[in-house]
Amino acid sequence: MTSVPLLDVRDLTVEFSTRRGVVRAVEKIDLSVGRGETVAIVGESGSGKSVTSYAVMRILDRAGRIAEGSVMFSGIDLRAADEDDMRDIRGREISMVFQNPRAALNPIRKIGRQIEDVLLEHVKAARAEVTEKAVEILDQVRIARPRERYHAYPFELSGGMCQRVVIALALACRPQLLIADEPTTGLDVTTQKTVMDLVVELTRDRGMSTILITHDLGLAATYCDRVVVMEKGRVVESAAARTVFTAPSHPYTRKLMRATPRPGLALRDLLPEEEAAAVPAATVAKLPVKDEHRPLLYVDKLVKEYPRKGLAGVSGALKKLVRRAPAPEPDVFRAVDGISFFVNRGESVGLVGESGCGKSTTSTMVMRLIDKTDGIILFDGEDIGEIPAKRFARLPMRRRIQMVFQDPTDSLNPRFTAARVIADPILRLGDIRGRDAVRARCEELARQVGLPVDLLDRFPHQLSGGQKARVGIARAIALKPELVILDEPTAALDVSVQAVVLNLLQELKDSLGMSYLFVSHDLNVVRLLCDRVIVMRAGKIVETGPTEQVLSAPQAQYTRDLIAAIPQPNFAERPVGRAAAHS
Amino acid sequence: MTDRVAPARPSSGLAALIRHGRYVIAENRVTGFAFALFLVIVLTALIGPHVVPHDPLASDTAAALKPPSAAHWFGTDQIGRDVFSRVVAATRLDFFIALASVALVFFMGGLAGVAAGFFGGWTDRVVGRIADTIMAFPLFVLAMGIVAALGNTVQNIILATAIVNFPLYARVARAEANVRREAGFVLAARLSGNGELRILLAQILPNIMPIMIVQMSLTMGYAILNAAGLSFIGLGVRPPTAEWGIMVAEGAAFMVSGEWWIAFFPGAALMIAVFCFNLLGDGLRDIVDPQRRT
Repeated sequence: MTSVPLLDVRDLTVEFSTRRGVVRAVEKIDLSVGRGETVAIVGESGSGKSVTSYAVMRILDRAGRIAEGSVMFSGIDLRAADEDDMRDIRGREISMVFQNPRAALNPIRKIGRQIEDVLLEHVKAARAEVTEKAVEILDQVRIARPRERYHAYPFELSGGMCQRVVIALALACRPQLLIADEPTTGLDVTTQKTVMDLVVELTRDRGMSTILITHDLGLAATYCDRVVVMEKGRVVESAAARTVFTAPSHPYTRKLMRATPRPGLALRDLLPEEEAAAVPAATVAKLPVKDEHRPLLYVDKLVKEYPRKGLAGVSGALKKLVRRAPAPEPDVFRAVDGISFFVNRGESVGLVGESGCGKSTTSTMVMRLIDKTDGIILFDGEDIGEIPAKRFARLPMRRRIQMVFQDPTDSLNPRFTAARVIADPILRLGDIRGRDAVRARCEELARQVGLPVDLLDRFPHQLSGGQKARVGIARAIALKPELVILDEPTAALDVSVQAVVLNLLQELKDSLGMSYLFVSHDLNVVRLLCDRVIVMRAGKIVETGPTEQVLSAPQAQYTRDLIAAIPQPNFAERPVGRAAAHS
Repeated sequence: MTDRVAPARPSSGLAALIRHGRYVIAENRVTGFAFALFLVIVLTALIGPHVVPHDPLASDTAAALKPPSAAHWFGTDQIGRDVFSRVVAATRLDFFIALASVALVFFMGGLAGVAAGFFGGWTDRVVGRIADTIMAFPLFVLAMGIVAALGNTVQNIILATAIVNFPLYARVARAEANVRREAGFVLAARLSGNGELRILLAQILPNIMPIMIVQMSLTMGYAILNAAGLSFIGLGVRPPTAEWGIMVAEGAAFMVSGEWWIAFFPGAALMIAVFCFNLLGDGLRDIVDPQRRT
């Protein structure tokens, strides 16, 4: 590391003019990145971490402007540089990788061509050899059969592959600084690991500097030398990754650390110290659970098939002709392939797997929102699988199975107030009648989920993410269901909000005697909430058992891979905060 | 807890909309102007016929073809009727035709489109083919045909204008309903025991109302033009009723001989009305556009 940093940001203040006046998104922050250094900017949503990087790249939207401070990049004042110079610097000197790789790629252009575009734009290759160079770059980001994939369109590649292509684009001109804004947030853990390993290895080999913007403290500490923690537009802590992780000095960092689920922690440990101490563990009396031999939910050899669309058509036939595919593929796709499991009363079972493994299809079938292809779904002894989904919506049985959705924003009607949302199931299926009685029940539910009663008349856009999650939970428990399916209920929330919501879910389960089927990709969260866990892959169950046993002594190779992929900084094994990425 | 505090002033949807509307108007003077003009038009339609200086139908052959003056602000026509009174009195009829046809097409096209987008399948195919069939004709010729076949009454002009606009409404509503078909709140409504029809009417429809209102304002101008056009070629309202289209048609013959005012003033009124509705549509789009709701 040289004495003069590659990027030096001093007193940076970014303002946005909104209709409620000028808002300071970032306030007087200092940030420096040395040559070859990897720095993480960590913070929850709204902390200003992305805005900081946009300000460096000078790609703030129209309402935003740099009000104060200086941004020096290897001797150039980026704040004073004109637009032409900035265009040169972007891509050639500093490049960026965004969260959604599919949105970052042009959907109608071959990926190889897109890499060529960048090379030609910045005159990094002559026309004659540009194709060779693009293939070489694809090879560098570990895309197998690069010559063939050169001709692929983004929709033909998986999310992880797309992100590798985006990284290839970002690194094509050998920039000095790479800014990665939540590069792995939409990806599965195993994919996240390969992508991050790749980024770290490539940038290290080339002596590049990297800024990793993330909300995941574990990821930051695993892959970065230094961690900068931001809160509400200010830098609250900036130290070596090891120090931040082992001995955080600022209260906010400590709170974040506490809220991040990791092995060996109980649910209560996630809450900030004061709150955890304030609520003694035994306040909620456990409702005695009916002791029955019959499981509440029993699923046997459940199958869901979807017709394959693309292959049946002309394009499929053409493709077969051109590529001479040896065997014709079956014209159905089995999303769920004969799985069997059960959920007992008062139990919470985790359904874990990566995207596309069929866990959501399974839960929506159990929820009776879609019809099964084959198999049995018994709920409390009744074969609910035989009732068509369309009819099930109006049966009294409907109230006994409810669901909490993944995205609290998407699952609330933007035109309904919180009270109207919570009242909806009561009005349709409940037995409470009369305006005042329904309102009283809504208020009771709001208190149960810890939502201030005066927020009941607000619309979803006037509520925060955590508050919206509470509204969704209140709606799900309004009819006192026996089984609640939780579909990644905290995936869209910040860790500190997640900690509160998870604790709330646990309390509600105990006090109301419900059973949970918890669908998630996050093993660390499942560990906290579930008694048993089911691991799924490609529509099949690979492993099932008590949570502790599965997570501490996994039997299946896939489960071991999943656990190994969770970013887990282990400072004891490494001398300095450097990932042993080289193989 | 890090639950961030939501806006300090919790307010009902209407109050928030008014506040937002005031903000947009302050940002964009043209929209404010359009709103003011719209109010003037509505006011003229309501009280205009009662306050005009002359009877719009009374002829006075002694004062025929007089240019604009203090007594007759917009001059008089070939049988001595006061053009100003006729232009003002015509506002009510033209505005009514536009409003009624837009309301009608909103119910026909809007509901058909929402159902097509939400249910898909054969509903979608039927609505789509009806819209395609209508679009296959030159729209004005189609409107002419409908009025010619059914007889030229005000009701039939309204119906013809509505049918001509059907594809626009059906397509917008279909697209908006289609993206919300699998939204989380729709699934949640199913879990709460709502039937499909109730989900369509109570959950989806309120969400696409803003975009439909914008659509209504934008097509209002076209509806007025369409009605006036039908009258102009003699297929609409019959003389001597005061109506902008007829007045322009009657005055057109006198343009060459220099009596420009007979056609000019109703034409200008028509232009201002259409202009106002289009500006209003743009302004309303800004108001309901969530992107501008920072």
